[in-house]
Amino acid sequence: MKRFVYINDEFCRDSYCDNRISNTKYTLWNFLPKNLWEQFRRFMNQYFLLIACLQLWSSITPVSPATTWGPLAIIFIVSASKEAWDDYNRYLSDKKANERKVWVVNDGGIHIQIKAQDIHVGNIVWLHENDEIPCDLVLFGTSDPQGICYVETAALDGETDLKTRIIPSICASMPSEQLGKVKGLVECPNPDNDIRRFDANMRLFPPIIDNEKCPLTINNTLLQSCYLRYTEWACGVAVYTGNETKSGMSRGTADPKLTAADAMIDRLTVAIFMFQIVVVLVLGFAGNIWKDSQGLKQWYLLYPAEGTWYDVLIIPLRFELLCSIMIPISIKVTLDLAKSVYAKFIDWDEQMFDQETCTPAHSANTAISEDLGQVEYILSDKTGTLTENRMIFRRCCISGTLYGDNNGDALKDARLLDAVSSNDPDIVKFLMVMSLCNTVIPIKSNDGTISYKAQSQDEEALVAAASKLNMLLISKDSSAADICFNSCKLHYDLLDILEFTSDRKRMSVVVKDVQSGKILLLSKGADEAILCRCHQGQQIRNFLEAVEMYSQLGLRTLCLGWRELEEDEYEDWSKKFQDASCSLENREHKIAEVCHSLEKDLHILGVTAIEDRLQDGVPETIKLLKSAGINVWMLTGDKQNTAIQIGLLCNLITPEPKGHLLSINGKTEDDILRSLERTLVTMKSMPVTKDYAFVLDGCALEIILKHSKESFTRLAMLSRTAICCRMTPLQKAQLVGILKSVGYLTLGIGDGGNDVRMIQEANIGVGISGREGLQAARAADYSIGKFKFLQRLILVHGRYSYNRTAFISQYSFYKSLLICFIQILFSFLSGLSGTSLFNSTSLMAYNVFYTSLPVMTIIFDKDISEATVLQYPQILLYSQAGRLLNPSTFAGWFGQSVYHALVVFLTTVCAYADEKSEMEELSMVALSGCIWLQAFVVTLDTNSFTYPQIVLIWGNFVAFYMINLIVSAVPTLKMYTIMFRLCCQPSYWITMALIVAVGMGPVLAFRYLRNVYRPNAISILQQIEQNNENTQSTRTVESPLKSPGTYLTHLLNDQRSNRGASYQPLLSDSVESTR
Amino acid sequence: MSSQAAGSSSGGSGDGGAPRRNSRKPKYSKFTQQELPACKPILTPKWVISVFVLVGIIFVPIGVVSLMASKKVVEIVDRYDDACVPDNTTDKLAYIQNSTIPKTCTRTLKVPKDMKSPIFVYYQLDNFYQNHRRYVKSRSDKQLRDASKANDTSTCDPESTINGVAIVPCGLIAWSTFNDTYVLAHNSKNLTVDKKDISWKSDREHKFGSDVFPKNFQKGSLIGGKALDPNKSLSEQEDLIVWMRTAALPTFRKLYGRIHVNLTENDTITVTLENNYNTYSFGGKKKLVLSTSTWLGGKNDFLGLAYLSVGGLCFFLAFAFTLLYLIKPRNLGDNNYLSWNRSPAGR
Repeated sequence: MKRFVYINDEFCRDSYCDNRISNTKYTLWNFLPKNLWEQFRRFMNQYFLLIACLQLWSSITPVSPATTWGPLAIIFIVSASKEAWDDYNRYLSDKKANERKVWVVNDGGIHIQIKAQDIHVGNIVWLHENDEIPCDLVLFGTSDPQGICYVETAALDGETDLKTRIIPSICASMPSEQLGKVKGLVECPNPDNDIRRFDANMRLFPPIIDNEKCPLTINNTLLQSCYLRYTEWACGVAVYTGNETKSGMSRGTADPKLTAADAMIDRLTVAIFMFQIVVVLVLGFAGNIWKDSQGLKQWYLLYPAEGTWYDVLIIPLRFELLCSIMIPISIKVTLDLAKSVYAKFIDWDEQMFDQETCTPAHSANTAISEDLGQVEYILSDKTGTLTENRMIFRRCCISGTLYGDNNGDALKDARLLDAVSSNDPDIVKFLMVMSLCNTVIPIKSNDGTISYKAQSQDEEALVAAASKLNMLLISKDSSAADICFNSCKLHYDLLDILEFTSDRKRMSVVVKDVQSGKILLLSKGADEAILCRCHQGQQIRNFLEAVEMYSQLGLRTLCLGWRELEEDEYEDWSKKFQDASCSLENREHKIAEVCHSLEKDLHILGVTAIEDRLQDGVPETIKLLKSAGINVWMLTGDKQNTAIQIGLLCNLITPEPKGHLLSINGKTEDDILRSLERTLVTMKSMPVTKDYAFVLDGCALEIILKHSKESFTRLAMLSRTAICCRMTPLQKAQLVGILKSVGYLTLGIGDGGNDVRMIQEANIGVGISGREGLQAARAADYSIGKFKFLQRLILVHGRYSYNRTAFISQYSFYKSLLICFIQILFSFLSGLSGTSLFNSTSLMAYNVFYTSLPVMTIIFDKDISEATVLQYPQILLYSQAGRLLNPSTFAGWFGQSVYHALVVFLTTVCAYADEKSEMEELSMVALSGCIWLQAFVVTLDTNSFTYPQIVLIWGNFVAFYMINLIVSAVPTLKMYTIMFRLCCQPSYWITMALIVAVGMGPVLAFRYLRNVYRPNAISILQQIEQNNENTQSTRTVESPLKSPGTYLTHLLNDQRSNRGASYQPLLSDSVESTR
Repeated sequence: MSSQAAGSSSGGSGDGGAPRRNSRKPKYSKFTQQELPACKPILTPKWVISVFVLVGIIFVPIGVVSLMASKKVVEIVDRYDDACVPDNTTDKLAYIQNSTIPKTCTRTLKVPKDMKSPIFVYYQLDNFYQNHRRYVKSRSDKQLRDASKANDTSTCDPESTINGVAIVPCGLIAWSTFNDTYVLAHNSKNLTVDKKDISWKSDREHKFGSDVFPKNFQKGSLIGGKALDPNKSLSEQEDLIVWMRTAALPTFRKLYGRIHVNLTENDTITVTLENNYNTYSFGGKKKLVLSTSTWLGGKNDFLGLAYLSVGGLCFFLAFAFTLLYLIKPRNLGDNNYLSWNRSPAGR
């Protein structure tokens, strides 16, 4: 499908939408229905709506409908107003963007100012320096005589460097006065969201230029939401407008992620729902029997002898309504609130603020903090994530001579400096490739110094290094470059750029030496992409050795090569290249083929080695994460040796003899598959004490995934560490998918655009707001400044969040079940008729106020201090294996609620028997009993008391009495005088104390026995902490951790056994090396 | 929520690139850094044992005092539903429903111990479900309070109107008001039962209107319980007010009146009662209760016994924990207990 854009033609302006941007989800009219529809897609809301509707039937409702309608309405209003507010803000920002004034050129070539929203496809838009680009334009004129302009695309892809945009060749010679009168046709694909591709072409109509088709690429476009920089003016024709622009198409909301804890809560909800149905059926049945056998005899009830057909339904439905509080209506709101606080704590964390780049940690997704505490696999990018991505040129090998070997810095190697000053031809060529074969933009500042802006850090490092070696890149535009070598100026025409792609793994430029008129092909790229294209006869063993050696040192290597082109060879090729560039379909592939045909018979000049230092704290962080039981995989686009070296440096893999690295490789498919099987056997038979890892590359992965996905999945489950090199972005995401498919919780961390897919695919995406731009950070759920903050994010924030959510969710069920069981028990004393013991107001307030506030205090709770967690990272296992929120812990809470319901109900009924058994009083006694108990339950489950906690727990307690005393003072209410009467009765207070003692005594005793005689790791650590505090002055810090080997074994067993038998590694002593 | 957050952040333009430098540093406060001073109690033997001892020390005396209070209460309970039906009656239901038979019955009670005034006279009903859903809902508080709301009987089904005219007071509760009466005599002297102030003052003043008079009450074919004097306002109908305070349990006592005379041990009290109320259809018991009262209320050993046993259990637990601690001392916070520090079995 194509789109035809007629430049500046009034007649076809309405064929496409105007430039009105709309990010809003709703309009004024559809807000209510659409929002309600979205909210009612959730099971919980449907359930509560059903309950609320049933409550409208007055003969079955035990309490006033307000008990459900009220909270339901509140929940709806809260989330609807949040949506509305967000949407309104989006509307405002849209409006601001839409009403911005922009200059366009009308039919007659006159500049007029209009609102941005009135731009139509085909309009010519005139931009000035620092203007935001209002829609996607095809550039065809700039103030620059070369036809270049610079744009900042940070808002689009997060890359902060400047990008060059160039006018199409056919517009090159147009005088600026004529630009307004241009007529022509742009043929472009229908709108899509690919911001790296624009395969179109353009024709200008006579009289201006003859009818020639000119290819357009992304380099000829100015995309919406970018900024025009360092260019006085530029003009272009609008091709995509409004929401159809590239940036508009790539907006879109990601699917909300559901955390493992949420999934568990959902399962528990369903279980409780089932339980509720059973209770309702049993009680309803029993109630009908009671009614038939007893009810008819109780003359004062005046049961009609003949009922209606639905009478048999009434009692079960009443119980359904009575039991509907089993599923806490407030849980969603409470959890959402708690989660947003966790997210805020992450944003606020000062210790995760990166001083160097001034970036605080940020959680874009506020809903998945618990998952951080349950991470099992971390899949990490290497460059920029583990390393600083600050490239420094360290060594090089030029025609067989290794420079920088003795002192580790080639720039200080006297031999190289000598060779430079003596104009050694090989060295000059080498340096020339270094400074010309790239897409670096030199920017001259006012004081004459030149700084370089580049998309690739490697290129910047090379150019900078070359300039230190007297090969100075002075200026460069789309067609020419000036360099200065040993203070003699050289001028080159840039003919073509054969761009870098991750498939080709190399880039080349074709330049013409102006002095000599020679046409040169300069290439640089990965060793396997360059060395195999050398001309016959050249010895490349030297280079291979150098590459090998450099990557052993963990350096990034690039090979440089060149070739002189014959004039006619170039002419031929150029035509083909032009055609390929013009094609609308499959352009990338065609271009690659054409480039391939030119990049051959290279004369290899040498190898550069660039160091990319590890970020500080990376080895420690990886060690910590590994001892926390998290499996760390490194996925990198880099080559195997470099990756392994970096892996060793950052503690990812352990050197022999403790560790063992199995490599999966081979020349043919069969080789690779056999290698995989062998590795699998070795892995299975390894002694668990040994730290095994496997390494494989992209090609092997591709074959494996095609033929033997299952074996690989098994291998992935067995291996705690892996290094995958030469990965494409898609493969990274595939690996995440494999781990996710077997139920592991994965965290993807990366910094560049190539990690975005992985980050989005993983359960948790973490982006490093690094040098490769913010693209990863934008796509991620969390963004941090440095890799080392990951340990805090997981061990501190993730763990606390998980613990807190585990408590809040289970507690929410506990308190709902408590009050529900009391209602059920009461129904046995009220003829199974479904009378509610509690009045409507109390029930509503119980859920919404009395019990929701104290539980929120747990968001300040810390079971063990941050320092202890970091000292004993193994404790993460508790949250990782879900030990704090699972059916068995839930069963504990369930049992506690049954027990407490019995205590409250029986104590109340016995203490308030006979003459005291007045309904309102008794119900208030039971309610107070619940409030007392829950205050103590929260207290007992709180590990650390801070002011807000104490204030909230006991303030809530006081508030309960205040509210009820106030309510008891209103004569028209049923509650009138009740609370006053109770407070005056000694027996009331005595009953309360009894309820607390009987309710909490066994819980306390049980806790005590468990903590002292069967302590879990958390309570041991709490005890250790306490001991340390007591003896801080006399004792030094804890004894250091035992070596990883001993505990890893245990941990591994622990973790695997938790996941079921299929995950158990087979233990055997036979070890077999595959290397 | 999550999609919102993600959407809005990715939609915002250019907030990352701007050099806002150190202003982006989170502000330090103990709250935001989760560093609020905290007290972290853990369950040490010392702490837990002292809690149990303390609870024991507090609970046992309270238990003793409560039990003594309950023991001090003198209570006479006389079940008369069976006894007040002539022995030869085979169909008790027919007997009670036949209004032509005189239902007067005489009971003699013996005072077991000295009873100080005020002595409360209760009637007790067993197996009577005042808390049944059909029953509790069948009343109209508005109507009871406000004379102008006489027609507000929508909640009173099935006892709301008669021949289309509203009943005041409507509903099953009022309709079935208890209607046995007691006349007490002490040593053949008439013993006055004070029926004033037996209901809650708040009810008389705010719940039952002084200008609301019974209308059309007990006029239906089926007579439930007590009939009301149409010339007395509802706020003066204290028996009704007491009855309308529904009981939460199927066994309950309601105040009938008070005796302001001291009774001495071995006194005999003769009760002449009108046995009108039907509990025979559902086998409910009727009892007449004379009881004194203390600070804790009537006779109820539960609290005292519960306190004593809880206190005792606490002492026992404290003792057991101490013993356990002495026999099998555990070093709290020992690194070696950590599962990952324990060497795996067999190594």
